[in-house]
Amino acid sequence: MAHHILHMPAGEAAIRAIRIGDTVTLEDTLFGIRDATQIHMFDRGRETRFDLNGHAVIHTAPNVRKVAASAQCPTGYEPVCIGTTTSARMERFTRPLMQRHGVRIIIGKGGLGEESRAAFSAIGGVYLAIIGGTAALETTWITRIEDVDLDDLNPESLWKFGIKGFGPLLVAMDSHGGSLYDAVTQRAAARREAVLAKLRA
Amino acid sequence: MKIDLQAVEDAAKDLYIRALKLLPDDIKTGFQRLDQRESDDTAKSILGTMMINIKVAEDTDNLLCQDTGIPIYNVTIGRGVETHGEDLRGAIRRGCERATREHPLRSSVVHPITRINEHTSCGIRVPVINFDFSDEADALHLEMIPKGSGSENGSFLQMCIPAEGEMGVKTFVVDKVMEAGGKVCPPTIVGVGVGGTADLCMHLAKVAATRPLGTMCEDAEGARLERELNEAVNELGIGPQGLGGDSTAFAVHVEIAATHITMNPVAVNIQCHSARRARATFTPQGIHWGF
Repeated sequence: MAHHILHMPAGEAAIRAIRIGDTVTLEDTLFGIRDATQIHMFDRGRETRFDLNGHAVIHTAPNVRKVAASAQCPTGYEPVCIGTTTSARMERFTRPLMQRHGVRIIIGKGGLGEESRAAFSAIGGVYLAIIGGTAALETTWITRIEDVDLDDLNPESLWKFGIKGFGPLLVAMDSHGGSLYDAVTQRAAARREAVLAKLRA
Repeated sequence: MKIDLQAVEDAAKDLYIRALKLLPDDIKTGFQRLDQRESDDTAKSILGTMMINIKVAEDTDNLLCQDTGIPIYNVTIGRGVETHGEDLRGAIRRGCERATREHPLRSSVVHPITRINEHTSCGIRVPVINFDFSDEADALHLEMIPKGSGSENGSFLQMCIPAEGEMGVKTFVVDKVMEAGGKVCPPTIVGVGVGGTADLCMHLAKVAATRPLGTMCEDAEGARLERELNEAVNELGIGPQGLGGDSTAFAVHVEIAATHITMNPVAVNIQCHSARRARATFTPQGIHWGF
């Protein structure tokens, strides 16, 4: 199990070198994206001015405070609490995010499904599991809100965060078809009958 | 006992913020209990990070989780309390709005069809405000629960039939915990409603999911079901965040109601590990803050 430190953006080779069970710490830049952001981008044709090529997105909608714009808060937004939401709802957006925008890394909680697995394998991407509900800790890894786009969707805007030491995050799905969730799902299914038999007794 | 509505508004505001920042002691103890018996290394490391996060939230005066949830206020009105229900409702709603604007908090509440967010954490019939009554002479309880969406999306209702019996109920719970997997942010409290009507059954599941750890169903048969199902769901190996381990649920809680001769309803409502609650009790001596 290797630990990788990735300065964003990352190339395909760096992503292909990552395997499930490894850990990753991200540096420099991270984009925040959510249900409404992607519904508007992929179902309603909204464009973003951000270049996401080779970048990582995290499934999030942050708590922010409006402040006077400054070097530290160029958009007039200061982070309050930034964490992660359940990824499964956004399953169908993985492929277009990768194909149309060149996204290489998706960060979220709870895992993604078969369509995402196929996209990660075909195009070269990974899913990094962050621990849901640990937003106070994650907020300490975010240095500032650098920019924001599609902000009429606030809080589900497209956010650009400055990050330092964002991780370690567990590689839960890789570009070689691997998924840590598979073993868990298979084990639960295998145990189901025994569990029910005991309840029946 | 007369109720000062301004004090209720202020408390409704403070409770929302307190609930988002301070995890109740029973949940903290629950983490320690799970950590002690967890045998999987990854699961142990995840539980450890969750416990660190509780400390970071306290030390930095920050929210535990970014999900400010759907705000729920449970109001219990004692026998000697003099107030007007509609005024009480208004004061709570104003407090909820003020917490969102003044802290500030992310408003996670939108119109269900237009998806427009008014940035107040309020909307049609939200915050959810439940009224109940107690025999206490001079006490008004205000409980606040910010219910996270990841776990709320793990809500299921099945109108089982009598011929499916108790096993129909148990199978449904096991299968839904499996289906929810890591999406509901385990370790969880699995709330189970058994009996009643469809709506009452789901309400009971929510009551069960948000009950403090260590409490039991008051009905002996319900308490038995809790013990059996708690063991069962934790044998599935789903573990913290669905990444494997022994710690799938802190507990299974069951609440029951009588039902119809033709019915056997079961509902599941799940509470995530950020099992947040806060409580203010108004008495003639002042406001007592707790969980």
